[in-house]
This record gives sequence, C-alpha cells and structure tokens, in this order.
Amino acid sequence: MEQIKCQCGHNNPPGTDLCASCGRPLTEKEKRKKLADMRYEGSARRSQTYNKSIVDKVWNFFSSVKIGIAIIVAILVAASIGTILPQQLFIPAQGEEAVREYYADVYGSFGAVYHFLGFHDLYSSYWFQALIGMLGISLIIASLDRGVPLYKSLKNQRVLRHESFMKRQRFFGAGEAEPDALDASAQELENMKYKVRREKNGILAEKGRFSRWGPYVNHAGLIIFLIGVMLRALPGFYIDESLWVREGEMRAIPGAPGYYLASENFEVTTYSGEGDEEVYGEALEEAGTVVKDYKTDAVLYQVPEGSPPGATDNLEKVKEYEIEVNHPLQFDGYNVYQMDYRLNELSSMTFALTNKETGESRGELTVDLSDPQHIYELEDGSTVELIGYYPDFSGFAENGEPQTATPIPNNPGFLVEMTTPETPEGETSFIVIRETVEPFGENEYKLTFQSAETRDVSGLVIRKDVTLPILILGGIIFMIGVTQGMYFNHRRIWIQEKADGTVLVAGHTNKNWFALKKELDKTTETAGLPPAADQQEEAKQKEKEGENRYDVG
Amino acid sequence: MTLVEWSSNLLLTAFFAYLAGTLLFGGAVRGNKEGSFASESRWGRIAITVTVIGFLANLGYFFTRWAASGHIPLSNMFEFTAAFGMMLVGGFILIYFIYRTPALGMVVLPVALLVIAYASMFPRDISPLIPALQSYWLPIHVSTVVIAEGILAISAGAGLIYLLKNVDMKKKSKQRLWLEILMYALFLVLGFVVANSYFMLTDYEAAFDYVDKEGEAASVVYDMPPLFGMNEGVALDESTMEPIFEVPAFINGSKLTAVAWSVIVGTILYGLVRLVFRRRVAEMLQPLVRNTNSQLMDEVGYRSVIIGFPVFSLGALIFAMIWAQEAWGRFWGWDPKEVWALITWLFYAAYLHLRLGKGWQGEKSAWLAVGGFAIIMFNLVAVNLIIAGLHSYA
Ligand code: HEM
Repeated sequence: MEQIKCQCGHNNPPGTDLCASCGRPLTEKEKRKKLADMRYEGSARRSQTYNKSIVDKVWNFFSSVKIGIAIIVAILVAASIGTILPQQLFIPAQGEEAVREYYADVYGSFGAVYHFLGFHDLYSSYWFQALIGMLGISLIIASLDRGVPLYKSLKNQRVLRHESFMKRQRFFGAGEAEPDALDASAQELENMKYKVRREKNGILAEKGRFSRWGPYVNHAGLIIFLIGVMLRALPGFYIDESLWVREGEMRAIPGAPGYYLASENFEVTTYSGEGDEEVYGEALEEAGTVVKDYKTDAVLYQVPEGSPPGATDNLEKVKEYEIEVNHPLQFDGYNVYQMDYRLNELSSMTFALTNKETGESRGELTVDLSDPQHIYELEDGSTVELIGYYPDFSGFAENGEPQTATPIPNNPGFLVEMTTPETPEGETSFIVIRETVEPFGENEYKLTFQSAETRDVSGLVIRKDVTLPILILGGIIFMIGVTQGMYFNHRRIWIQEKADGTVLVAGHTNKNWFALKKELDKTTETAGLPPAADQQEEAKQKEKEGENRYDVG
Repeated sequence: MTLVEWSSNLLLTAFFAYLAGTLLFGGAVRGNKEGSFASESRWGRIAITVTVIGFLANLGYFFTRWAASGHIPLSNMFEFTAAFGMMLVGGFILIYFIYRTPALGMVVLPVALLVIAYASMFPRDISPLIPALQSYWLPIHVSTVVIAEGILAISAGAGLIYLLKNVDMKKKSKQRLWLEILMYALFLVLGFVVANSYFMLTDYEAAFDYVDKEGEAASVVYDMPPLFGMNEGVALDESTMEPIFEVPAFINGSKLTAVAWSVIVGTILYGLVRLVFRRRVAEMLQPLVRNTNSQLMDEVGYRSVIIGFPVFSLGALIFAMIWAQEAWGRFWGWDPKEVWALITWLFYAAYLHLRLGKGWQGEKSAWLAVGGFAIIMFNLVAVNLIIAGLHSYA
C-alpha cells in the first residue's frame, strides 16, 4: 500500500484516519463522523490496515481489545473455579492415588468430577498457564500496535490544525473574540501550567502528554513481571527446599552447597493473657492457647574455599541468627524461613540391662536415636548389639520383620541381642515403648527403660529466587504506569484565528472532561474567546428529546 | 472508661452520625425536588458536617482500638469489616468534596451502616496476633486494601444511582429484575443482622459433637437454632431442637444455618416492605434520585475506579506479595484469599478496558461497578467465612 499524501503536504502511512500534521480526515468513513475518533490520534495501526497473511491474522487477533478482555475474563473465571474446593496443595493427602480418593471421599461425586477435570491442581495446569501466556502475548502486541503510531503522531502534531479537525472535537466553539484574545489566552493557559506553542494565527496548549504513555508503561511492567515468572521455571532460577533440624544438630543446607546450619535452641512461646496481654483475655478463653512466636537460634557455617567436597571438619562460622517468622536468615541470595516445628521429639533413650529374676543390673546404655551405635559394651564384658532399629515402628510384616513408617523417632523399636557372662550365646529381644517381645522363647535378661531425652525440631524452608529483581522491576514499572496514566491526563486546547477574524476554540482530553471544561471555560472567559460547547452532550440531548429515551451512553 | 470502652463508644457514635447523615442527605435531595437549590446546599452542608464528624469518631474508634490492642485493628472479621465500612464513608467524603453529590451520600451511608452492623455480629474480642501476622506489613498491606476497596465501592454507589434513575420501572425488563434482586440482596444482609441480634440478645446456644470431613471427632456451638445439622451431629443438651436437615461432612451446617436464617428473616422483611408499600423497592427509591445528573454519576463512578485501581494494585497485590515473600518465602501461593484479590483486580482491569476500548459507558459501566462491589463483598464474606485459607479471619 502507498503512503497517503494529505492536502497539507504531509505524507501519512497507509491506514491513517486523521492526518498526523494538520488533522484533516483522510478516509471516507472518518469524514462522515460528527466527532473525530481521537483515541489513537487517528494514526495508522497495523492491525487496522493489514489482514492478508497469517502473521497479520495472528497480529490482529492478539491486538484486539475484545480478545484481550476475553483472555482476562477467562483467567478470572478459571481462577475462581480453583477456589471452589481446596487445591491439592492444601489437603492432607499425599500421592496421586490418595489425592484422588480424598476428593471423592470428602466431596462425594462433585469432588470426583472436580479431580477428574484436573481442577485440583488448576493453577499449574498447562491450559491455565497457556492463558497467562496468551495474556502476555496480547499485552505485547496490543501495546506495539497502538503505542508506536500514537507516539509518532503526537510527535508530529502541528499547532495549526485544519478547521475540519477542530470542528470535530468534542469541545468546540467559534465566533467573535476580543482583539488581543490570543495573547491573553496564551497567558492564561500558561498560568494554568499548559505548555503553549504559538504559530502565526494559532495556539496549541498542551499538558500531561506523558500520561498518554501510562497504559504502555504499565503493560510493559506487566510483561516484565510475566517474564520473571516464566524464568522461575528454568533450573537454578528458583530454589525451594525444606530442612528439619533438631536442637544441637548441624545439617547441610539443601540447595545451598557448602553451607551448613546448626540449631542451638528452638523455642515456642504462647500468649499468657496476663500483664500487657490482658486485653486478649477473652479471645484466649475462646481460642485456647495461641502461639505468639517461634524461633530457632541458628548458626550458619560454610566450608572454606579449596577444601575437598563433603569435608566438614574445619567449617567456618559465617553468622549467628535468630530465625523467626517474618525474619528469615539471609545469606548469599538465599533466605531461610521459619515455617514449622515439632516439639519434644525423642532424642535418646536410656535402658538398663537387668536380670529378670534378680533385678540385678549389668549397667546402662544410652541410644542416640539420630545416630545409634551398633554395639554397646557394658560391665563384665556384657554387650548389647543393636541388630535393627525402627524409628517409627508400625507393626510386623508377614515374614515377621518389624516395619517403620517414617524415619522420624515417633515410636522407636529396637531389635537387640544381649550377651552376658551368664548367657554367652546371646538372647534376642524386640523392644518398643512399654512392650518387649521375645521371639525365640523366654529370656533371662531384659532391657529396662530408664529415661528419655527429647528435643525440639525446627522446620525451615530454604529459598533462593534469582527472578525477584525482575519481578520487583516489573512491579515498580507497572505502578509508575498506572499512576501516570490514571492520576494524570492529557489535555489540549487549540485556538485559531481565521482570516475573516472568526476565532475557533477546540479542546480534547483523554480523561476527566469535567476538569478540562473548567479550564477551557476559564480561558475563554478571561481572554474573551467564544465559549466552547460539549458537542457530545448536545448530540445526546437531541437524541433524548427526539426519542424520549433514557441516556444509555 | 478504658480505651476499649472508648473505642466501642466512638464506633457507636459514628454509627448514629451516619444514620443522621443518611436522613439529612435524604433531606438535601428532597429539597432539590422542590427545585429550591438553596435548601439543597443548606441541608447538604449540615449532612456532610454530620458525616465528617461521624467519620472522625470512626477514626477515633480505630486508633483507640489500635492503642488498646497493640496492633492495627485489622486482624479479625469484625475489625476488617468495620474498617471497610469506615473507608466506604471515607471514600464518599473524598468524592463529595470533588463533585458535591448528596444523592451519593444517601446511597453510600446506609450501605456503610449495614456493613458496620454486619461487622458487629462477629466476636469483638481483641485477638492476639499469630506469628505470621506480626509484621509491619500487616498495617501497610491491609490498610491500603481497605482504603482501595472503600474507594472502589463508591463507584458501585454511583452506579446504583445511575441505574435507579435510568432503568425504566414501568416496563418489564432484565434490568428491572436485576435491580430488584440487588435490593433484595441488601435485605438479606439486614436479615443476617436482625436474626443474629435477636438470637444474641436471647442468648441462644446449642452445642453439638460431630464428625468432620477428615473423619475426626469435633464439636461446634450454634448461636442460631440449627436448621442444618453437622455431619453425624449429636446435641449435647437434650432440649436442643432437632436439626431439620443433615448436611454432608464437607459442608459446615452451622454456617449454612446462619445463611438460612438470614435468607428467611431478610425475605420476611422484604416481603413486608413490598406488602405495605405495594411497589418495588427500587421503584420507591427512584424519586430520590430523580434530579441527579446521570452523566455526573457516570463520571464519578469512573473516577472512583481510576483512583481506586492503582491503590488496590499496590495494596492487594504488590504489598501482599512483598509480605508473603518475607513471611513464607513465596510471593504468591494461590491461597483462596490471594486468588480472590487477583480476581477483583482482573475484574476492574476488564472494567477499564471495556470502558476505554469498547466504549462501555453509562448503564453497562454502572452494572459493572455494581458487579465489582459484589465481588468485594463476596471476598469479604464468603471467602473469609466459607473458603478458609491462610487469611481466614473467622
Ligand atoms: C491484567 C492485565 C492488564 C492490566 C492490569 C491492564 C491495565 C491497563 C490500564 C490500567 C490501562 C489504562 C486504562 C485507563 O486509562 O482507563 C490499560 C489500557 C489499555 N490496555 Fe490494558 N491491561 C491489561 C491487559 C491488557 C490486554 C491483554 C490488552 C490487549 C488487548 C490490553 C490493551 C489495552 C489497551 C488497548 C489500552 C488502552 C491504551 C490507550 O488508550 O492508549 N490490556 N490497561
């Protein structure tokens, strides 16, 4: 297609509605309109001009506001469906099969259908992510389609516009004026912080043009944000690990090679309802105990540079820190969050090897539950050999072997062989709390429980998110964009004196006509210009009187 | 008086001031009807003065309670809902000083009254903060959200006036039906307040043991007569009435009972009004808005969305994400409350695009604004009470 040459001599790209320089309507359709379509200054948008190739079709699809809104609404509806039942993440069941059963058991056939449709994990489903992706594409294409031509036209605009352009503005007036009205209005407009440009017999007063870039800036922010979110799916950009450390224990920090974390102490406090906390008295009575705080006294260690992998003997202390909810430990881009805890986990158990008949003791042994020894030597050559250790004993398998449910010492079971000078062949026994099983017949000796030590376990989460700066940047740009586009607006006032002495006044704004009207009225009054009327209101008024209908806008 | 008592009395003062304000704004609008604009501005001036005094008392409630509890009073259902009511009035005052629209006061103040009354139905004890809430992001995030929601809700007020004025009450239409449904919905909230107050004053209580959805034994106390029983519920007291229906374990019978009572009482109240006046409620309100300027209402509605949207984005999404990142190490977790904040935000984004891109102004835009308010209320009521999540205040 060819460039369109306007009568004023300006060359416009194909598809232009209003000449970028003088504002004359260039198409038949535009000429027929009573009011000029000022939304994109009548500039040529690719989507409105080409519709031949596949690329054109895709471009036009994504640049359409209708499609954009449809995508937004689709995301909105999908997101709300995901809240009807709790997402998989929030239910106690683990594992595919268990999850499926959970939905069917708890929520009946509705739950089964919900699960069948994949709504239990809606937000990570491919179709939901595809919708988000389409939103991103739509944002990019729609912004380019409008933003680029809009920028060119606003840059090219001339002070003197063609009469037809001015007449077709929403605020327009024409008539006699005071002799030095142009000077006076320039002055008045400058007082109201307008940027005033003069050319021969005309004035263009403009303010807040930057607000026109608001939507494009905010869309750019959203695009940057979405890019950040997408990057998180790549390996290394986002680390999310969890770690349970017991008091007095040191563990390698998962996801952070070379770092170790020791817990010196873990503490939970609850609200007492006394002293300062007396105001909470009634609420506490209702709720029972309420946790006030929980925290871990942690020490962070690092393997010094150059030491062989896995060596932990000469760790360097990096820092001590009290990890608390809302106060994560930070190091080298990592954050360690206090998330959970388990109180009073068994840490060690002490038994005495005693003769069942006489009650005589052959000495005591203490089993460290996180690091049990294989053999414990007692007095006079007696030994207790730990053949099997089942931290969370859950019963015997069919072949008679003891089973453990988890590696956590909730219900420790010990299979032991006890040897004493009296019983040199050894006796086998299986011990769990409050119970002893003697699988091979009556024994002479048994292990008698003496005492146990407990300690608290702190549940920590380790996260590193390299994309955070991108997300923050996107967020800031978005906020700048919405502020710029919504709290400011672009107002323009054109004044022109024709050869016969008639003065034309026109005004346009992209938002807040109410405020523009006030300023325009003030200018015309002070400077003695012909008053401008709201042509859109007049048209509506006529329509209303004609058909006696309600104004539906 | 202790600080806590001061605080309750100030809230009560605010409540009565808003009540008076409603009537005075009504007077201002009526004055207008006779064509005497002098009376409009005089009544309007008194009305806004009373409203501002009420708002100051309301702020007084807020800050005294803050001082008493040691944390910003936005941590349970009562506090959050009451603050929303307060910000509705705040938003209205802001718009009033720009546009001088008494009719808006006549619509917004009663809704604010209803919201505050609704809030007062929840336990008003000062509750301690769980660890996750102990952050300076609590006041920053939650107060920005209530301010934004208050401003956004004003657009619904303006929209409602627009619709009351422009929907033809003489002709049967979808619009007329929906407008009446909207009025009925307000009666349901009133029904909840009335039913709850009645049973609260008569000290109704019924305790049940039941089996919850994970199959564990649990107990619950009803404060309204049990229409819906909990799963395998057993009353602890023989004299308790037998629930009429039993519901499956995943439905909370006690909450459903509260909903049912609200519907029953609200419907009776609505029915009575219709019987006595023999006209649709919307039709009865129509004369009050006869002299409002539709175009101005449309503008006010749009302006409040424009002012509210950036504030909402900042508070409900950005601040929320920063806090979530700090407390849990993830800025977003698809928790229902988060999702509904996103839905609200997307909804208003759609509103803006429909208006700017598709020219949806006037009536269509007014319906959208009312829809936005419905989403905000849903968020406050249903998501908090029914779809429990991290933020659930109840
Ligand atoms: C959640 C996503 C989106 C948000 C938060 C958003 C936000 C905004 C905002 C705040 C405005 C300014 C509105 C006003 O000034 O009244 C705007 C304008 C606009 N948006 Fe979006 N937008 C989103 C998605 C989209 C999409 C998917 C499209 C694709 C078609 C789109 C196309 C536009 C257009 C064409 C404008 C008008 C630009 C102008 O007047 O120059 N937006 N957007």
